[in-house]
Amino acid sequence: MLSDMKREDIVGDYKEVVLNLYCNGSRKIFYTEIETPYPDGKLIVSTTDKLGIITHVNQSFIEMSGYSEDELIGMPHSILRHPDMPAVAFKDLWDTVNRGEKWQGFVKNLRKDGGYYWVKATVIPNIRNGQVVGYTSVRRKPSRKKVNECIQLYPTLF
Amino acid sequence: MSYMFTVSPDFSPNHLSGWYIFNTWLQRQTGEAIHLELYDNFQAQRDVIQANQIDLIYANPFDASMLVREKGFLPLVKAKDIADEAIIAVNADNTVEDVAHLLSGIKIAVTEDPDVHMIGMIMLEAGDLDANNIQTRFYNNHVLIAKSLIQGEADVGIFLAQAFDDLSNLTKKQLKILVRSQIGVIHHSLMIGPKLVNRRTELQALLLTMNDDEKGKNVLNSLGFDAWVKVEDEEMEFMIDLMDTLVV
Repeated sequence: MLSDMKREDIVGDYKEVVLNLYCNGSRKIFYTEIETPYPDGKLIVSTTDKLGIITHVNQSFIEMSGYSEDELIGMPHSILRHPDMPAVAFKDLWDTVNRGEKWQGFVKNLRKDGGYYWVKATVIPNIRNGQVVGYTSVRRKPSRKKVNECIQLYPTLF
Repeated sequence: MSYMFTVSPDFSPNHLSGWYIFNTWLQRQTGEAIHLELYDNFQAQRDVIQANQIDLIYANPFDASMLVREKGFLPLVKAKDIADEAIIAVNADNTVEDVAHLLSGIKIAVTEDPDVHMIGMIMLEAGDLDANNIQTRFYNNHVLIAKSLIQGEADVGIFLAQAFDDLSNLTKKQLKILVRSQIGVIHHSLMIGPKLVNRRTELQALLLTMNDDEKGKNVLNSLGFDAWVKVEDEEMEFMIDLMDTLVV
């Protein structure tokens, strides 16, 4: 279960909302309008177990999310869930990877400080000896044009 | 019994003799006859892999999935502190400072090195560029890519970062880096095929202690390496999964 975000961690003016997270209860979110640009040339990488619990993060993940590695390992991946992301996007993600296929999409992620960053995410199932043992998610820098399309589209999917 | 060894065709020409020296060292250490066969393109090498003729390979990460999952290869080692990174560069006089400002229709100069090409294309994606809206020109090496930018034959070059860094200062002065990848976990690996799998522990032990003596160190230096580092099976699986997420 995810604990609520802490007001003292937030940088700048913020809004407040309670998000219902699939399988992970609800979480109070504080979010701002401050965007952190995606760093050039880097990939954000994480792995989770079959239930979406984080088992590995790389340094870029730590830097962009604002959390420490200790705060991330063992937490549900929905710790990054931003209220502007429609639930239908994540349903599509899980439906796709549960079929053993690769999922790709543009995602607005929530930082520990309430800010956000856009990514182009790809998620694949990790198959070992014929069994799905978890998932690898790799994010890369998205094109601004695609991000602007998503800014228009996502509010219509709620 | 004789074994067949090959090296990913993207090796630096400076290290051509180094691979022959390494193969001689390997034969002396193992007491086995190992033939080194080099190919000048990836497809020719993949054909002999498909025909099950290769037993030992210094493999490009792009081919790791096929080697492990289709051909039963296992990783031995990787070169210490060496990862495959790419650089996107343009002519120094080009006014573009950011990949996002490159225009569709531009001419991109690349080598046939598949992982560097892939990493480069991922970085160009941020500028809405993909195989459908660029013109791709293939060159035999990174010096020729640099020339193509300087002479205006191509607009953008995708370089192996190490090869870019090895260009002469005069050449580099005429180029401008737009972006350098910092991925860190994509690397070439020395891998063994099914016929050598039962020698894995012995081979790893030989390779991992290679830098302990002067002779071994010299052989490593001829390859441009300081030492070998063990690659665990799960590390290889992780890299293969990561590559899978990157291949469009």
